[in-house]
Amino acid sequence: MPSLPAPPRIGLFKGLGLTLKTMLTPATTAQYPHVKPDLPPRTRGVIALMEENCTVCMLCARECPDWCIYIDSRKETVPAPGGGGRMRTRNTLERFAIDFALCMYCGICVDVCPFDALFWSPEFEYSTYSIRELTHERDQLRRWMDTVPPPPALEVGAETPGEIETGLDKARTQAEEQISAMLAAQRPAGEADADGGAVQTAAADEEPHVEAQVDQAVYDQLTADGVPERAARAKAKAHYVRTERARIKAERAESG
Amino acid sequence: METLFTLDNVWLALLLKVIAVLIIFLTVPLVMGYMEHKVLAHMQARLGPMEALPHGVGQLVADGIKFLQKENVVPAAADKWVFGLAPGVMLIPAIVVLTVVPFGPGAFAENLDAGIFFALAVSSIGTIGLLMAGWASANKFSLMGGLRGAAQLIAYELPMVLAAAAVVLQAETLSLVGIVEAQAGFRLFGTITIPYAVPHFFGLALFFMSAVAELNRPPFDMPIADAELIAGHMTEYTGIRFAFFLLSEYAGMVVFGALATVLFLGGWYPWPGYLLPEGFLGVVVGFGTTIGKIAAFMFLFIWLRATFPRLREDQLQRLSWLILIPLALLNIVIVAIAKVVA
Amino acid sequence: MTETMLPKPGSNVLPGPPGESMLVEVRGEGELVTQDMSLNIGPQHPATHGVLRVVIDLDGEVIEKATPVIGYMHRGFEKLAEARDYRQIIALVNRHDWLSAFCNELGVAMAVERMMELEVPERAQWIRVLMAEWNRVLNHLMFVGSFGLELGAITPVFFAFREREDIQHLMESATGGRLHFTYNRVGGLKEDLPRGFLAASEHMVRNVRMRNSEYRDLLQGNEIFMARTKGVGRLDPDVALGYGVSGPTLHATGVPEDARVTEPYAKYDAVKVHVPTGTNGDSYDRFMMLVDRIDASLDIIEQVLGSIPPGPISVKLPKVVKAPEGAIYVRTENPLGQGGYYLVSDGRKNPWRLKMRTPSFNNISMIPHLLQGVLLPDMIAILGSVFFVVGDVDR
Repeated sequence: MPSLPAPPRIGLFKGLGLTLKTMLTPATTAQYPHVKPDLPPRTRGVIALMEENCTVCMLCARECPDWCIYIDSRKETVPAPGGGGRMRTRNTLERFAIDFALCMYCGICVDVCPFDALFWSPEFEYSTYSIRELTHERDQLRRWMDTVPPPPALEVGAETPGEIETGLDKARTQAEEQISAMLAAQRPAGEADADGGAVQTAAADEEPHVEAQVDQAVYDQLTADGVPERAARAKAKAHYVRTERARIKAERAESG
Repeated sequence: METLFTLDNVWLALLLKVIAVLIIFLTVPLVMGYMEHKVLAHMQARLGPMEALPHGVGQLVADGIKFLQKENVVPAAADKWVFGLAPGVMLIPAIVVLTVVPFGPGAFAENLDAGIFFALAVSSIGTIGLLMAGWASANKFSLMGGLRGAAQLIAYELPMVLAAAAVVLQAETLSLVGIVEAQAGFRLFGTITIPYAVPHFFGLALFFMSAVAELNRPPFDMPIADAELIAGHMTEYTGIRFAFFLLSEYAGMVVFGALATVLFLGGWYPWPGYLLPEGFLGVVVGFGTTIGKIAAFMFLFIWLRATFPRLREDQLQRLSWLILIPLALLNIVIVAIAKVVA
Repeated sequence: MTETMLPKPGSNVLPGPPGESMLVEVRGEGELVTQDMSLNIGPQHPATHGVLRVVIDLDGEVIEKATPVIGYMHRGFEKLAEARDYRQIIALVNRHDWLSAFCNELGVAMAVERMMELEVPERAQWIRVLMAEWNRVLNHLMFVGSFGLELGAITPVFFAFREREDIQHLMESATGGRLHFTYNRVGGLKEDLPRGFLAASEHMVRNVRMRNSEYRDLLQGNEIFMARTKGVGRLDPDVALGYGVSGPTLHATGVPEDARVTEPYAKYDAVKVHVPTGTNGDSYDRFMMLVDRIDASLDIIEQVLGSIPPGPISVKLPKVVKAPEGAIYVRTENPLGQGGYYLVSDGRKNPWRLKMRTPSFNNISMIPHLLQGVLLPDMIAILGSVFFVVGDVDR
């Protein structure tokens, strides 16, 4: 005699009650084309390029696991800044394209860029009818920058990020200088000397400007050691500058 | 009771009846289908169709148009004639049964003296259609689905017929209109007027469960279990023929809901003993009542579909042969005793 | 042999159904006609989780023999790893078991860290535990939903995905991705959590716990579900261990082997890890494991939420990360089972060999054993209860 199925117990009715209850509560569906999704700022939607920051170091193209970043550059010569000296060569960006058909949205390029030229944006509605249009060129990537949200604040207990650290340091020192300047301005004339000295030592603490020259002795020693000529010259110059600065500082300390 | 469509010209009356039945057949299942979409969706914490006309009311019409314009694919190795006729064989019985089902006072096509007998006999022709579809599809999965389906339908015919037989015993007539009228005058042990659902509670439960199994609805949908057999006997069908299978399921739901309404819930009377207003208003109220009761059954069908996993084939068979049929026989015995005593 | 072949009078051979190039032989008097049928479940099939093909030989509805055929999703990951550096490998490795992405990344990152003997900061380790447990909840919710779906319960999958959407939104706020997180780095994590993450986490834990009890009502306590899964696909602990099965499939048989407990990594030695075990090793127990493990993971998350110390989020690495020469094997408890990462390095920035021991591979290796002599509808119940992801099987 085959076994009879177990008689229904409360379990079946609990299930029925649950579906009925769900029917009476509002649905959780967000009707997408009419309602845009609420995406967090770190969402990896599309990569935006800040051209002004890019120095064409090619790190992003090298680190991409898919090799989907195409960069072309050319060398340009520009006059030295501040007049005089030889012409400088600089890399200029010609083509920067990301093929989003290959991109796997890993974010390594954004992480690795040393100049903060790449950013994530939560935009995701860029599907096209032709796969060629999925390769976004420089101007389109620059336009994505308008959609990049500011990074969210970090959780309590997190370390402050490096950029914010240096920014905070600078702000702190600037604030201190402003305060001491204010205090100096407020003091009566009688105590000017002591503070003037403070201001002066502050000025004197600045690095004295020394025109670089080759220290012949050091240069000869280095070339005799077998150091290549260019390196030897650079080191000799640096040595000269260092010793000159130390000398000038010592003079100032003596006189001041 | 005479049908509304009594005219001098027999052929005109016939034409009107056919048109009326077809209108009911084409609209009510669609409304029930829309109800299924929306109710099922809300039970699953989602919205259901919303795009085709506001709140998705045009969804099934859009589905129909979609099916019409699809390519009709027939597998090369299929038995063409059997393959082509199977959807029709499943669909026509549903339409034919609708001719005897009363939707209101006078709102029926025919008042056959053997109404319920005719209805149950014709509705079981659908089994052949299922077998034809499974066999002719040249597909192992379809074949298995067809065989399972046939076994299931045969197994669940009996509890349904026996439950209906108990009602026939109570009402002392096989005519569907007669059963409704008998319920109108029914008094439980001579006291209160209630529909047959109360004394025939087990009968109603049996009839309902059998109906769910006859329609291949979850939890008895093993023949079309889509996780295993894709769509069972319907796998190889495309386009309008597939739509016919789906339509036959919804039409079947309407038919079984209507039969259950007539047999157990008092038909077109909002409450037994409560007389309807005369004339056309009465017909409208009666019709509305029937549709409302069918919708209630529809809700139960959908509720079961949303909640329960499906029973395995052998558990299904065991349930029918070892539990439902003995209970149905017991039901008849009790009703007979009560009828004789009271 | 086609269906137009008519039987000769007096012969006992009948044409088979249309499309079947077989003849049905009637044997003996009064003996029922049977014919073995060879059926291909998959590779495209609604029931299998992905492109797994199972060739089964059927006798009526009983399975005589079942052979899984794998390799349809082989993407050559281990070969790819030989030509990528470690950060790129972390970005790739979250794609082979896409439902446990964070745990895969964690294994690889830990392998490199152990080889380089890096000390990962405390904060990073705690957050790793937090994210790994959320990933576990995500994974188990997926299988809770899909198991019900295969048995015909079409509602729990929507509820499970509703929870998954909420948790994925939470993970997206921290990592940027909903499925492929790429959040681990060698030496810690990519960046710290956004403000409000811990509070949102706490809120989500309460939510998911409440909903978990709904899954118990809707499925676990349902008599039809119990009738479909109790006693189906029973697995012996010895057989399971012999095949190398791990994770919830093994715990259901009663063996509480869990790498978080036996070889704790990250901060698992500082939290109390509850490993639920079953008794019979059948499909019902395996399902119960999922629901219990969701609760257990939520407990771990609650413990972690109160314990994250302030500090740096990762170690400062050199520009090019080179693992020293040598080999190492790291075991992690991925949501589907025990994952192993065997890393052999020759001192360069690419590994010489990265071999992954994936839990799904062993879990499905026992399919032939499990499906022996089983009815066809039970096959679906069993396949759905042996949790695997095809990307994990084939890599």
